[in-house]
Amino acid sequence: MAHYTLFVTELTILVLAIFLGIEVISKVPTLLHTPLMSGTNAIHGIVIVGALIVAGTADPDLLTGWVGFVAMILAAGNVVGGFVVTDRMLEMFKRREPPKKDEGGSSGKS
Amino acid sequence: MSVATQNLLYLVTIICFILALRFLSSPTTARRGNWVGAFGMAWAIGVTIARPGVHVNWRIIVGAIIGGAFGAIGARKVKMTAMPQMVALFNGVGGGAAALVSLAEFHNLAPLPGRLHADISTAIVLSALIGSVSFAGSMVAFAKLQELLSGRPITYPGQQVVNGLLLAAIVACGLAIILGYEHQWVLVVLLLGSLAFGVLFVLPIGGADMPVVISLLNAFTGLAAAATGFELNSNVLIVSGALVGASGTLLTMLMGRAMNRSLANVLFGAFGQVQAGAGTGAALTGTVRSVNAEDVSIMLSYAQKVVVVPGYGMAVAQAQHAVHELAELLESKGIEVTFAIHPVAGRMPGHMNVLLAEANVPYTALKEMDEVNPEFPQTDVVLVIGANDVVNPAARNEPGSPIYGMPILNVDQAKQVVVSKRSMATGFAGIDNPLFLDPKTAMLFGDAKDSVLKLVAGVKNL
Repeated sequence: MAHYTLFVTELTILVLAIFLGIEVISKVPTLLHTPLMSGTNAIHGIVIVGALIVAGTADPDLLTGWVGFVAMILAAGNVVGGFVVTDRMLEMFKRREPPKKDEGGSSGKS
Repeated sequence: MSVATQNLLYLVTIICFILALRFLSSPTTARRGNWVGAFGMAWAIGVTIARPGVHVNWRIIVGAIIGGAFGAIGARKVKMTAMPQMVALFNGVGGGAAALVSLAEFHNLAPLPGRLHADISTAIVLSALIGSVSFAGSMVAFAKLQELLSGRPITYPGQQVVNGLLLAAIVACGLAIILGYEHQWVLVVLLLGSLAFGVLFVLPIGGADMPVVISLLNAFTGLAAAATGFELNSNVLIVSGALVGASGTLLTMLMGRAMNRSLANVLFGAFGQVQAGAGTGAALTGTVRSVNAEDVSIMLSYAQKVVVVPGYGMAVAQAQHAVHELAELLESKGIEVTFAIHPVAGRMPGHMNVLLAEANVPYTALKEMDEVNPEFPQTDVVLVIGANDVVNPAARNEPGSPIYGMPILNVDQAKQVVVSKRSMATGFAGIDNPLFLDPKTAMLFGDAKDSVLKLVAGVKNL
């Protein structure tokens, strides 16, 4: 019944992780909900682990080989794109600079 | 490397991901958090490559280069207004990858002697099903947001019946596999059916509801990743999938609450349809007062407290930078300027905050609905730019209105309201807005960017 034990352990991990996720994510302010979504997008790119296992099979048959290859493209796009776009967004969030009345302050001065 | 050692090493990734989400609780630490997450991902990739049985070959290298290049270029090039499409696309590819992994796993496991363990076959079925629905659904959502497809709900008679039958067929295939009918073709049928279902399930959902749909598909992809974790006995996939699933679910509920609609109503209500019948109940009477930019400039210059309500229309007109300039100009005159952000402003959760951050508006000037609503009675001028439904008092006053009960920004309680709008056309939801006929309201017709630039010039000249 080793397999059954493993399954129960995994199910426990799943349930605990869901509760942890709800706790952690409810602390994210609405200000950052778009980066939250693209950040979690990047995190589900973890399926790249599965893609690597399939694509890295030695001497795969035709289906495994191609499915692994396509899965690898999709997962790699997910991972790289997800983190890059999140970084790009978070870079833009700035606090208010100390208020200045001088002329050089804004980019749109004409 | 034993399985236990692998799982121990993957624990580093789990900790990184949790920290990444933890750091997102403040804009000052969020960027660092994203890097911690990226490190965790790179670590997981390294550990996986070092696993016995994983051979680095051309499929891995070429696949990573192609996927990585598309991801990096897409992420660098995408406009901030197009962020919802981008997120939909990444949801889709993640779901697609999960579905493909389970297809390959089933292909390699099912012909082995002896039955698959029920938990493994259940996980394969779930990740194939949810992953495919997420892939196909996200592609339709992408096409709608990118306006390759009409944003209007696409409906036909008997739609619910067709969808219901299709779902029943998919579930039957899944049950057959779980109960021991482990033939490859059943999973292929299940995959194709799920793809079709994903398309059919998003088609009838209107453009205004896309924020909910994207959040939901985000949750789906998380669940697909978690199911893939069960199938590969990988804790890191289970935990990551659960975190994403929780996040997507929370955001879905939040969006639903902000629009005062249940999830069932969004998914099966076909928004536009319902509106047409219910929305025409109360005929609006009153006159529209139109003003020019000079008058508004004077109004703004003599105000003490100004609240700007930006909507997606502002972003479409690319007026964010002009709006920021106007705000800075007014502040330099000692006028208090804040931005009031409705939870569904923009096309996805938190979208408007990103659009304004891009225009260098400091996030400290952005206020959420609950925070800003009590301030409206003390506000001299509210400047509504490209927003409509989120400031519609009918949501508060007219029980017959289709948006009745939706929480709104109470701009009609301010002393004066100026609405910058292209024409008198109705908003995304297609509902009339009594705010525009309020005696306190002045309409500033024209392109948002032109109008705001005129205001900037007007205020400067005073």
